[in-house]
Parts: sequence; structure tokens; C-alpha cells
Amino acid sequence: MDRRDFLKAVPAAALGMPLAAPAVKQAAAQRAPTRSETLLLVQEYGPNSMDMQGIGASQPVNGVAQNCYDRLVRFKRMPVDGVTTGFDITQLEPELAESWQEASDGTSVTFKLRADARFHSGRPVSARDVKWSLDRAVSIGGFATTQMRAGSLEKPEQFVAVDDKTFRVDFLRRDKLTMPNLAVTIPFVFDSEKAIANAGGDVWAKDYLKNNICGGGAYKVDAWRPGTETVYSRFDDWKSGPLPQLRRVIARDIASPSTRRALIERGDADISYQIPPKDFADLVAAGKLKVSAMPVPNAIWYLALNSALPPFNNVKLRQAVAWAMPYEQILQGALFGRGVPMWGGPATPARLSWPVPFPYAANMERARALMAESGAAPFSTTLIYDAGGATITEPMAVLIKEALAPLGITVELNKIPGANFRGELNKKTAPMAINRFGGWLDWPDYFFFWNYHGNNSIFNIPSYQNPVMDRMIDAARFAPDAATYATNVRGFLELGMQDVPFIPIVQPFHDVAMQQNIGGYQFWPSREPDFRYLTKG
Amino acid sequence: MRGLLWRLAGSLPALAAVIVVTFVLTRVLPGDTATYFAGPTASAESIAQIRAELGLDRPLPEQFWNYLRALVQGDLGMSLTTGQPVLTDILQRLPASAELTLAGLLLAVSIAIPLGILAAVKQGSLADHACRVVVTAGVSLPVFFTGLLLVYVFYFVLGWAPAPLGRLDAFASAPPTVTGFYLVDAALIGDWETWRGALAQIVLPAATLGLFALAPIARITRASMLAVLGAEFIRTARASGLASSTIILTYALRNALLPVVTTLGMVFSFLLGANVLVEKVFAWPGIGSYAVEALIASDGAPVQGFVLTMAILYVLLNLAIDMVNRALDPRARRA
Repeated sequence: MDRRDFLKAVPAAALGMPLAAPAVKQAAAQRAPTRSETLLLVQEYGPNSMDMQGIGASQPVNGVAQNCYDRLVRFKRMPVDGVTTGFDITQLEPELAESWQEASDGTSVTFKLRADARFHSGRPVSARDVKWSLDRAVSIGGFATTQMRAGSLEKPEQFVAVDDKTFRVDFLRRDKLTMPNLAVTIPFVFDSEKAIANAGGDVWAKDYLKNNICGGGAYKVDAWRPGTETVYSRFDDWKSGPLPQLRRVIARDIASPSTRRALIERGDADISYQIPPKDFADLVAAGKLKVSAMPVPNAIWYLALNSALPPFNNVKLRQAVAWAMPYEQILQGALFGRGVPMWGGPATPARLSWPVPFPYAANMERARALMAESGAAPFSTTLIYDAGGATITEPMAVLIKEALAPLGITVELNKIPGANFRGELNKKTAPMAINRFGGWLDWPDYFFFWNYHGNNSIFNIPSYQNPVMDRMIDAARFAPDAATYATNVRGFLELGMQDVPFIPIVQPFHDVAMQQNIGGYQFWPSREPDFRYLTKG
Repeated sequence: MRGLLWRLAGSLPALAAVIVVTFVLTRVLPGDTATYFAGPTASAESIAQIRAELGLDRPLPEQFWNYLRALVQGDLGMSLTTGQPVLTDILQRLPASAELTLAGLLLAVSIAIPLGILAAVKQGSLADHACRVVVTAGVSLPVFFTGLLLVYVFYFVLGWAPAPLGRLDAFASAPPTVTGFYLVDAALIGDWETWRGALAQIVLPAATLGLFALAPIARITRASMLAVLGAEFIRTARASGLASSTIILTYALRNALLPVVTTLGMVFSFLLGANVLVEKVFAWPGIGSYAVEALIASDGAPVQGFVLTMAILYVLLNLAIDMVNRALDPRARRA
């Protein structure tokens, strides 16, 4: 091409582009549900899979499991306030199972499935599907298997398809967590025939189920663009509960918290998830939106002190730190008031639940006295925290550093990138760490088993070891009666307060903002939104 | 044509080096992929299981060999953050970034080149000072700040711009993919409603990028015009009594364009991968934010795929710039 032609051609091509419109207009597409039938949810990031049982599934995949698949049972829903409905973890209500009966000898439970329940494919749900799905959960490995085990659901032999509509779970041992663990997001039911047909030889159809919904839940996934959006539409033939009001839900991934805030404040988004405490405090103060602030069950923000290594293997020193913590400043300065205080409680636990306020409070004299008693000379140490949650953890760390300086403890802050943080915790060498933990199954012994037990699970970040503690935790987990349970729970709570390998700071809120016309917000242990009960009026 | 092939062949060693370096870098970087993806409630066994599944427990040379074998088959691996093959992700996200970058660049060029010319022709005038102010503002305002400011003013306060929800409003559906550019694809099927929707979405992010890209282009246009305007052939042209518009636009500008085109290429490739913050603010599903998300999660495959894609793009872009330069300047063809 000659250069003159080239120079002439460039602008001509640029101008011609929008005009070059062939007369083929797309065939009139089906009318999309209108704005009032559609919910627009904005969240920080979306699912990385459609299969919550699969290895490496991210937190939002719980929402997919919740909305697109059914479980045998769900937790009984309980209103919390005018905005939020919570749940009672000790009571269950039917989902796929219409009824169930525990055997008189207490060794099994038998479920009767709904006669009319169908999968999205139209095929009736059978007990074989339930068996395949639960077998999968205990065999696939990773988080799903760990979670199933927490309720003594460990082997495929425990699951029996008695007949087409009858399903039995045999108990390995008497465990109060077995039944509630059937209601969390993991043991959901797949359309096993369709999954196996598409598995391409893989026993558990991992690749197929990772990219496809293959079940019978209240919603189907119309489109999934990872990192951009997930579009759900209602399954009109859903029988495991009242038909949801919303026909369509669009969940958009909006990484920037400022943008999420602008969208909800302008009224373009219906619900906003994962709002930083500062923004949420502003939204609450502005009072224009409906807000749900649910204290996350079983969860605390804490400072862990490494009890296996010097200097914090000294109990007096740990107690001195617990008396020196700037609790109030952390709640106000780092969390903008979005949490329940976990300090300043009575010397013995106020109630036998978790979390419970510890008896410590900011009291410099007591801290100094204990520091002197401990015999520790002034020293330098390191505090690690996750850069991923730095909007919260960074001010926390700075406040702790300042508060401990008068005791002669020089704290060096070490901010660790998200990907490395868990690895760093697993090494169990950090003297101090800021972290957050909460179990789905809201029992104190469940929290203590993961965090305080001498079997040293990866959550026992302080590497705390105490045979007395272990004995009480084990006794409470499988307690034969209420009295034994209460004695042991009281025992380990008191010992936890005494030895303070973990210094609880606050119980965080799960904050969600929504427009005034949104109703029926449901909070579950997985914290993900449940579209089935949401309404838009 | 032969020269072209030679040039392509010449870039192969560079690409090979990129492959090796990114592989080593993603393995050397601190961070444990398996621990991260095992999630907060993982046990030691489940971490080990994930590590084995990802092949991260094998010796490095074996991992590299496996990576190369897959690469030859066009397989860039799986992203753990999105759960999709990296190639699919990149093919989906690259057009989004390219469309935004091109729009931003177009905007920048249409302002920066006239501004640069004006500043050069009327040196020391008001226009020259205006050029300096705009350029300084453009480079010194960080893009995330300009982005947030534009969102605040035009969306939040004035309500002129649509919600910053990405490439299209949540209730619109994307046009069938031909080029991956929504503006082009919508125009191709004559779907003007979608076209207007896509245009409305792209205006603010493109303006943010454009403001940033303005500076280097205006600067280089001005400098290069000044150099050319001082050359002898321009003096000759003036002496011959040619109209000043002919001198500036026909003779001076064409000669001054060479460095501008080269700069344009550099600015384009830089913006394509580096506008992460703009992508974040406007929820634009682009390739820069994709790579950064992956990096934060120490998810190696997308990072490697991203670097490789960018390397290939650089090579192709440089080639294209050379060709444009040849078209513009006869001397470049002989060289």
C-alpha cells in the first residue's frame, strides 16, 4: 500500500466502522424479566466454581450451593429483627426430606423424601441421588470432607438408599453435630444420573459439576462469567419450600468498595455485600438504606500469642498483654463500632456459649503488675497480620503496638500478603498474630476443638497444649447428658480465660445493606445470600 | 515479507526467555497456592491433597517440562481464582481491555495531537502554557483518583453517567461475539440500543485513561514538531511562500509523526496491562485486574499466561509500529 493511500484509508476505516451495519437484526429474543422481577446484588468477588464440594471452592460458592441445590434439611428460620431472619441451629425443618425419624436405639436416622421433588432436568429425586451426593462429600477430599467429618459423617457405608424415597444415615458415634451438619451448605443433592452421564469417566464428575449446575434447587444459573457476574433464574417447579418471589437474580462482582457503596447509595444496586466497616458505619448513620448487622455466630477477631515458644509461653506475660490491649480503641478505630465487645466480662463466663466476653479490660496497672510478676525483661517481638484485610487489621496492629510499648514490649509489625498469610500461620512460629475464626456449627466445644485442642489443628495458631483442656473439650463434645456438658464447657471456658493463648477482641458483624423495598433477608452460617426468601416490593 | 518473518523469528528468543523467567518467578515468589485454596477451614491433609492435584509437589524441572508440554498444545493451565482455563479467561478479557484502551487512546490522541501542534507552533503562547498544565495534571493525577472523582461527579452527584457496573448495564445482554469489542459487535448487527449502552459505559473509564495517556502524547508531539519546524526544509518551504497550514499539516506534521506513533505504541501496550485501577473502579472485566487478582492469590498459571500474552502483544505491536512507520516514512523502508 502506498503511504498516501494508507493515510487516507485510516480515518475512512475508523469512520466507517459504526456504519457498517448489515441488515440482519437478531431474532426477537425472549422478553427479559423486568427490573422489578430482578434483583441486582453487588459483591466484592464471585464464585470460582459451581461445585461447593470441589477442592478449592471459594467462599461465594456457598451461595451457589444454597440457591441452586437442596439439602435434606435446613435450619429452622428465626426472626432476629425487622430486617434479618436468622436460624436456630438446634432445630431443623424439612427441605428435600419431608420427614425423618431417629431409630429408637439412637444408631441411625431415616429420611422420607418428598414425593413431588424434581431436578431441573425433570427427573424425580431419588434416594440414590442423595446417597451419591453424600458419598461424594465424604470422599472427594479437601474442605467438603473435613466439614462432613466435623459431624461424624466419614464413610460412604454410613449412607443407605433403603428404597426410592427412603434414605438412612447410620451414625458412627453419638454426636450432637451429625444432624445439624446435614443442614450446612456441603451435603447438597446432585442429579446423579445426569452428573455421571456427563462425567467423562471421572467418578465424581468434578470437571462437569465445577462448570454446571446439576441439581434441583430453587434457582438455576443462566450465565456464569467468572470475575464478572452470575445470573440466576428461578426454577418454577421447585417443591422444597414456598416458591421464591424473585424470578431473576444478577450477582455482579464489583471489586472496588467505593464503587459498591456508590451503587447502593444511588439505588442502582438492590443489595450490597462485603462493605468495609467504615462505609457501613456511614450508611447506617445516613439512615436511608435498610441494613442488616448480624453478629457472626461463633466468630471472633483475636490476638493469638504463641504459647509454645518464648516469650509468650509465660502465662503471666500473656495475661499482662490481655490487660494492656486497647479494646475500645480497636472497636472504634479499626472496626468503626461494627462488632460486639469481647472484653470486660465477669471472672467466670456469663453464659455457656461462644463467644463470651473475657474478664480482661484495658487496665495498665494490672498489666504492669503482671508484667513484673512474669519476670520478663523488656523485649522485641513480631506481630503478623493479613494484608488482604488490611483496612481492619492494619489499624488494629498499630493500636496494639502502641498499647504494648509502655510495658516494654516493642512490637514489630509484619504485614503479610493474603496468599502467604495462611502459610505463615501454619508454620506456627509467629509470636503474635491477628486473625479471625468462626465455625459454622455454633457450639463452644466446636470452636475449642479446632482452636484450643492439643491435636494442634492448623487453627490452633498459638500452638496451645494443655492435657486438662483437651480432656474437657473431648468430654463436652460427646457428653452423654446436659449436666456433664455444662460442667466441661464451663471448665474449658474458664481455662481459656485463665491461660489466654487467644485474646478475644470483638465478635464481628456481618454487614449487608439493601434498598428499602427489599425484604426477607436470610442469614445462614455460610453468610452467603439466600435468594429464596428475598422479596422486592 | 521476508524481513517481516525474520523480525518475528528474531523475537523468539525473547519469548523463550519470558517463558522461563515467569515460570521461575511464579515458583520463587513467596506464597503457597495450595494453602490459599484449601480455604480457611482446611486440614493438613487437604492442603497436601491440593498440592498433589496441582502438581506442586513435583520437582521444579518436571513441573517446567509439564508446563512446556501443555503450552505447546495451547494449554496455559487453569486459573484457580476463576476456575476456568487461563486461555478462555484471557480471550474473554483481552477484548474488554483492548476496547477500553483503544477508546481511551483515541480520546487522548484527538486532544493531545492538536494540543501538541498548537503548543509547538505558538511556542510560549497561552496555548503552550495550557498544554503544559494539562500535561502536568494528566501525569500527576493518579488514575484511580481521577476515576473515582469522575464516578463521584458524573454518576453519584450529577447522575449523567450510568452505574459503573462494567461493560454493560446489568439488565442489557452482550452482543454476539465477533470481535469481542462491544461497540463493534453491536454495530455489526445494528443493535443501536446496546451500542449506546456500551458507549455510555465506556465514556468515563476511557476519559480516565485518556487523561493519563494525554501527557506523553502531547509532550512528544510538541517536542517533535518543534524539532521539525526548525529544520531546513521547512525554512525552504516558508521561503517558497507555501501557506502556513500546508507547511504545518502536510510537511511538518507528517515528519513529526514518527516518534509520536512509536510513543503511541508504547502507551497502548502500557495501558493495556497497567490500567488495573481503572478496571477496578469501573468493574471493567479486563486483563490487568485479572492478573493482579491472580497474583494476590499466588495463582501461578494466570500470571504466566498474562505475561506471555503481553510479551506476544508487544512483539506484534512493535511489528505493527514498524510497518506504520514504513508507510509514513519512505526512509524507514530502505533502512
